[in-house]
Amino acid sequence: MVDISTSGLIRQPARVERRTTTGRQATRLTPEKLPAGVRLLGPAIVLVIWEAASRLGFLSPGTLAAPSTALWTGYEMLMDGSLLPHLTASAGRAYSGLLLGVVAGVVLALLSGLTRTGEALIDGLVQIKRAVPTLALIPLVIIWLGIGEAMKIFLIFTAVLIPVYINTHAALRGIDIGHVELARTLGLSRAEFIRHVALPGALPGFFVSLRLAVALCWTALVVLELINTQTGIGYLMNRARDWGQTEIIVVGIIIYAVLGLVSDALVRLLEQRALSYRRALGS
Amino acid sequence: MNVHVTNSVVLRDLSRSFKGKSVLDRISLDVPRGQFVSLLGESGSGKTTLLRALASLDDDAETSGRYTTPESVSVLFQDARLLPWKTVIENLTLGLRDPNARDVAAAMLHEVGLGDKADAWPATLSGGQKQRASLARSLLRAPDLLLADEPFGALDALTKLRMQALLMKLVERTRPTVILVTHDVDEALRLSDRVLVLKNGRIAEDHAISLPHPRHDHQAEIISLRARLLKSLGVDTDTI
Repeated sequence: MVDISTSGLIRQPARVERRTTTGRQATRLTPEKLPAGVRLLGPAIVLVIWEAASRLGFLSPGTLAAPSTALWTGYEMLMDGSLLPHLTASAGRAYSGLLLGVVAGVVLALLSGLTRTGEALIDGLVQIKRAVPTLALIPLVIIWLGIGEAMKIFLIFTAVLIPVYINTHAALRGIDIGHVELARTLGLSRAEFIRHVALPGALPGFFVSLRLAVALCWTALVVLELINTQTGIGYLMNRARDWGQTEIIVVGIIIYAVLGLVSDALVRLLEQRALSYRRALGS
Repeated sequence: MNVHVTNSVVLRDLSRSFKGKSVLDRISLDVPRGQFVSLLGESGSGKTTLLRALASLDDDAETSGRYTTPESVSVLFQDARLLPWKTVIENLTLGLRDPNARDVAAAMLHEVGLGDKADAWPATLSGGQKQRASLARSLLRAPDLLLADEPFGALDALTKLRMQALLMKLVERTRPTVILVTHDVDEALRLSDRVLVLKNGRIAEDHAISLPHPRHDHQAEIISLRARLLKSLGVDTDTI
């Protein structure tokens, strides 16, 4: 046997050799989950390169201030009290507009999503408003409301209204037909149906819209604070541009980023609380 | 007039079609009060449509003929249809205006073996537990007519047997009229007083089963009726 097989006249079938390999590893098709905090690696590398470029003189302070300079400037402004009034002014505008927009968006979505008359009257109007960029309304709104606070809050309000309406309305219309049938066979009244089935069913869609709205209110603010104002983060950045203070511009950018992230985290926390019944699904 | 006293469900020439496609074809049927009727039939034979007609669902269908059902009707769906944002007990009491509803519902949950799940979210329940909760919700309303659309179709074999026993136990207490749509010939033989076979939107066969409960698969009447039903459903048992 040994002679024959080694002489090469009889080849061992290939599968016999394969059988000797230990276990077959299943191919991993999706990337492994990242440990907490590791997704900050990218931003950290950018920061290090940016800082190094500034210190080594590749990046002049007139073009872009070093992150350390900006952080120090921000700290100083916070301590001497020159930052806070601007921060509260901006936050006041953003959140007033957000509040009005969310309330109006939800009310309109309910009217339009739950009644035929409401849908006939409201939906077309909102779709038209959606097609018009907020910035295109600025000249008209200035003529109507002047260049003061009312104009800024109104424009944030109209910008926020749209995603809140669209998503909440879609969630109301997309209600599970099985739940509607259940409500009918249980003999629920229309009010009971809205309260126990339609509204809770639309809540996830509403939270999606809230996250969009929170991001949008800050985005709209940046542009609006370039128009006639003596307060606000946008004003601060605009003035710094005139004086060539790039470190203050970077401070403004950082503040917008932090506010955006914190606002989003707050909404997500709220969402987790309100939709706690869903957490069971993941476990 | 006497007919309305003893019959729970009466159908006269009931036809239903969807966008011109006929699904139920002039069905006439009397179901005495308290009778347990199983509806068998191949897919598309119209059994679910018949059940949904009795539940006053499917408004978009064209309907002719007439039917009468009792005032109090409960529907048991194949998917448990628990609202995920309500706890189990809130799902049971949904729409009940009785101030004692919560206590009655808690007792009912004990009855179906979910006594400790009253405040759990539906998402944490297994498929069998969800269907138990759904069954509890239906029978809590003490219906005169229970319409069940393949309620155990998605359950594993063992859970299904337990659920059938539970259904029998609860039904025997309050004796509602039951119409059960099922694909499972053995389920129909085990549970019902009467088995109907639907074919092309018409009642093709109507068998009474007079055996007392509990029944056994090897009883002669069961064996012969099973062979007959399987044959009329297009299954050739000789080749298995």
